[in-house]
Amino acid sequence: MNFHAPSIDYGALSPVLALTVGLCVVLLTAVFKPLRRTAPFLSLLTLGVTAGLLVWQWSDSTSLVSGAMRLDDLAIAISLIAILTAAFAVLFSIGEPAAEQAGSGEYHALLLGSVLGMVLLAQATNLVTFFVAIETLSIPLYILCAANLRRERSLESGLKYLIVGSLGSATLLYGMALLYGGSGSTAFAGIADGISQKGVLGDPLVLVGIGLTAVGLAFKTSVAPFHQWTPDVYEGAPTPITGFMAVATKAAAFAVFVRFFDVALAPQASEWQPALAVLAAISIVVGNIGALGQDSLKRLLGYSGIAQAGYILGGLVVASEAGVNALIFYLAGYAFMNLAAFAVVVARERETHYGDHIAAVRGLGAERPWLAWPLTISMLGLAGLPATVGFIGKLYLIEALIEGDYTWLAVFIAVGTMISLAYYLRVVAAMWMRPDADAVPAIAGASPEADPIDPDAGRRWYLVAPALLAAAATIFFGVIPQPLVEFAQHAGAALF
Amino acid sequence: MINSLLWTPLAFGLAGLFLPRRLAGWWATLGAAVALAIAVALLAGFDSGAPGLQDTVDVSWIPGLGVDYSLGLDGLNVFLVLLTAVLWTAGTAFAAFREQERPHLFFLMMLLGETATLGAFVAQDLLLFVLFFDLMLVPFYFLFGAWGSDREDGPTASAATLKMIVYTLIGSLLMLVGAIATAIIAADGGHVTFSIAELAKHPIGEGSQRWIFWFFAAAFLVKMPAFLLHGWMPDAYRAAPLPVLAVFSGVLAKVGAYGFLRVVLPVFPDAAVEFQEVILVIALASILYGSVMAFTQTNVRLVAGYSSVAQLGFITAGIFALSSDGADGAVLQMVNHGLVVAPLFVIVAILAERSGTEDLREMGGMGTRAPVLAALFLIVTLATLAMPGSANFVGEFYILNGLFDSKIVFAIVAISGVAMAAYYALRLYQRTMHNRVASGVVSREIGWRDGVVLVPLVLCILGLALYPQLILKRTDGSVARSVAATVEASSGGPPKTQARTSWKSPLACAGGDACSVFWEAPPMSPSRNGSSQ
Repeated sequence: MNFHAPSIDYGALSPVLALTVGLCVVLLTAVFKPLRRTAPFLSLLTLGVTAGLLVWQWSDSTSLVSGAMRLDDLAIAISLIAILTAAFAVLFSIGEPAAEQAGSGEYHALLLGSVLGMVLLAQATNLVTFFVAIETLSIPLYILCAANLRRERSLESGLKYLIVGSLGSATLLYGMALLYGGSGSTAFAGIADGISQKGVLGDPLVLVGIGLTAVGLAFKTSVAPFHQWTPDVYEGAPTPITGFMAVATKAAAFAVFVRFFDVALAPQASEWQPALAVLAAISIVVGNIGALGQDSLKRLLGYSGIAQAGYILGGLVVASEAGVNALIFYLAGYAFMNLAAFAVVVARERETHYGDHIAAVRGLGAERPWLAWPLTISMLGLAGLPATVGFIGKLYLIEALIEGDYTWLAVFIAVGTMISLAYYLRVVAAMWMRPDADAVPAIAGASPEADPIDPDAGRRWYLVAPALLAAAATIFFGVIPQPLVEFAQHAGAALF
Repeated sequence: MINSLLWTPLAFGLAGLFLPRRLAGWWATLGAAVALAIAVALLAGFDSGAPGLQDTVDVSWIPGLGVDYSLGLDGLNVFLVLLTAVLWTAGTAFAAFREQERPHLFFLMMLLGETATLGAFVAQDLLLFVLFFDLMLVPFYFLFGAWGSDREDGPTASAATLKMIVYTLIGSLLMLVGAIATAIIAADGGHVTFSIAELAKHPIGEGSQRWIFWFFAAAFLVKMPAFLLHGWMPDAYRAAPLPVLAVFSGVLAKVGAYGFLRVVLPVFPDAAVEFQEVILVIALASILYGSVMAFTQTNVRLVAGYSSVAQLGFITAGIFALSSDGADGAVLQMVNHGLVVAPLFVIVAILAERSGTEDLREMGGMGTRAPVLAALFLIVTLATLAMPGSANFVGEFYILNGLFDSKIVFAIVAISGVAMAAYYALRLYQRTMHNRVASGVVSREIGWRDGVVLVPLVLCILGLALYPQLILKRTDGSVARSVAATVEASSGGPPKTQARTSWKSPLACAGGDACSVFWEAPPMSPSRNGSSQ
């Protein structure tokens, strides 16, 4: 009997390998004391190399590990978004108390671990890979959320995320088991074959399986009504991690969402579309209304993320190439807009006594224009005003929705956007206009819990440069969107 | 050429950021003046006989989505572009003469506002139009909110501005959905295009037109603002800085009316005919409500603001007469109203400086030692109330004429608005200029700084009064094309012909100077051509 060694496509696996090696190296720096300060630099290097390798694989479409993974343009696009976000998070973490307290090496290794999970998740075409990847992504985040050891809120956030996240994972796993039982396969393609004979509605096992999988994914993407953890976890977690979660987790989870529904279940689209459309609508309403009264910028961005998840889900609902393109475009734009906002929140949190309260940005326009502009552009972009990537993203989504006969959902997006103006513009008004008679929170003072103040945080290059860069990208792709449109079209074409 | 017109203001605004503070205002005024020069050059090169668009630019912008960067001028927008350039130059100069907080940002936003407004007027791609239409809000949000005045007894400037933004965006976001839906339905699975001209060639089905029409109408009616959708107006007008309010009231309200002519009538002709009476009812309600409010308000800004509601009601009525006469009058009246309301707000600013209040009851006697100011104000007032001999009279006449033809009952009600305009305009003039000198009021002649701004605007009013043909001759062809589809839709065939001049001639001649204007007017429809000779 001959043994055939499986052929391994090292080229296509190289991004994952590079990330794993980098992760180990960064973790090792924690052991050698003199090397500790190099962790951020090594993380950035790892992310850079991985991004380079991904770009090298662009336009290739390779099936890996006996079909358990697939490196195509969709996976690459989503991985690039995750890596970009991680790189920003590394920069934001310089001088972050949480990173010091948890140990810089461990902190960055966990961050890279989460990115590894995302890169895997974006390539997953099999239920097993899917689950393993989503756990690889989540477990480091549970720890990172609690990394600010001296703050009760951070610990609370980590625990809450752990419990709710585990519940989501359990739901997902249960759904997968039922799907396997109903279709006899763990591969997405196999599931599609298994189901196509009976239809989704024909087999209760499959129907419940799909339902639970969708719920599990909705947990991860913080789509209402499975969003309750989002504001609390976002508020408590160290801000660089919040920014990372808000963008990268969402991107990676949407990638597998797309693969699972728009590929594996595409033939049955008409049966699951209405359900997801309703989820999207609920998310838009809940997110936008929830954000209205928020005084904490992180909570506000959390709720806004729920609403934006609803918009993005719209791209999935129509199950068309245009829809997937719109989804990727929006995710990329969403990354720029959110990163600009989080950079400013991080800076002001370290600079003032107000933490992430909206009072922290009051009068920012006069005091720190280089921070005020990025936050302004980000808020206008998230609100979908023209000349920002947010406008083009909404345009793209609405076009896809109308083409897919979901005009009512497009109207929902429009209505949600109107509501959202009330809270996005509140932040802008706080920066540039005379303040309302809002209550200013009592300053925490020198409580042992409070992190030390860095009066120059608003001038640090590693916060100002990313903020300006992300804001510039928001405007650039709002005025010249074609490169990003092509990027999204490439990614979408990989599936259809 | 049209590209440089569009981007000159923004380029000047951005460059101005690098200049010293005290130069920012003059630099911005120069930018607006350069844009004005380009606009005049475009008008000079404008061929009134040529059908279709002139000075077009058409490049693919987002091919993936079917959006083109396409601009062009025709009779509908050429004068609105000029109006924009004129008023912005005046408004920027007026602001530059006064000390502004954070001048760099103020003038950047002013000029961004000009670019956005010009963009909305010249855009020939539906999506580009929506984009510029929404973009106009951003600079005005900052201008109203950050440089506006807070009220003791009302909302702060930022709250008032937020209200305005939410109101106006309700309409424009639905319009975005409507625009995309129109293009996709029209493409019917083929290549998606947003070109307004293309969309007008093959109107979409009546069922779709019906709901999309309202998405667009909502956007435009809020912007004007029309009755029931004007809730944002009183607070925003009281908060706004006056030089900004002059351009805002003078130009931005017109974008809504222009949108009806450019987009709604050609692209949704069946729906326009179907909902003609609904819109006319709204227009009449605006005339009546605006007039009544204008003569009960005591805040001078609100008198001007509500009078705009009434005037915009007239313009809407003219457009929805769905005849080329009415629409001709509407275009003329848009320019006229812009030219009277902007100096009106400049005068309000001057009056407020002399009396220290914006309350009509505490003003009075300001004309006693300021004959020049009083004379300029009188001209503006008479133009506002559409005195025969003014271009406003010609405009209102055309509007009522068109309305008489199509909906006589509405025309009769609308006429009452003309009478009421006389009341509120004269009331504003008398209470401020005549009467006894109120305590705290200083009657002082205007200085050369205010004169430089005010006199050219008043000269424009006078010039148009002498020669309204300037506009009518150039707009006529485009306006006729704009309403052609609705005329066809309403009659089910080619334009109706009726002997309407039979009652028009005596009325026209009753208007003194304006009498000749009508006989010189180019033929607007076959019937006119035949019977006027």
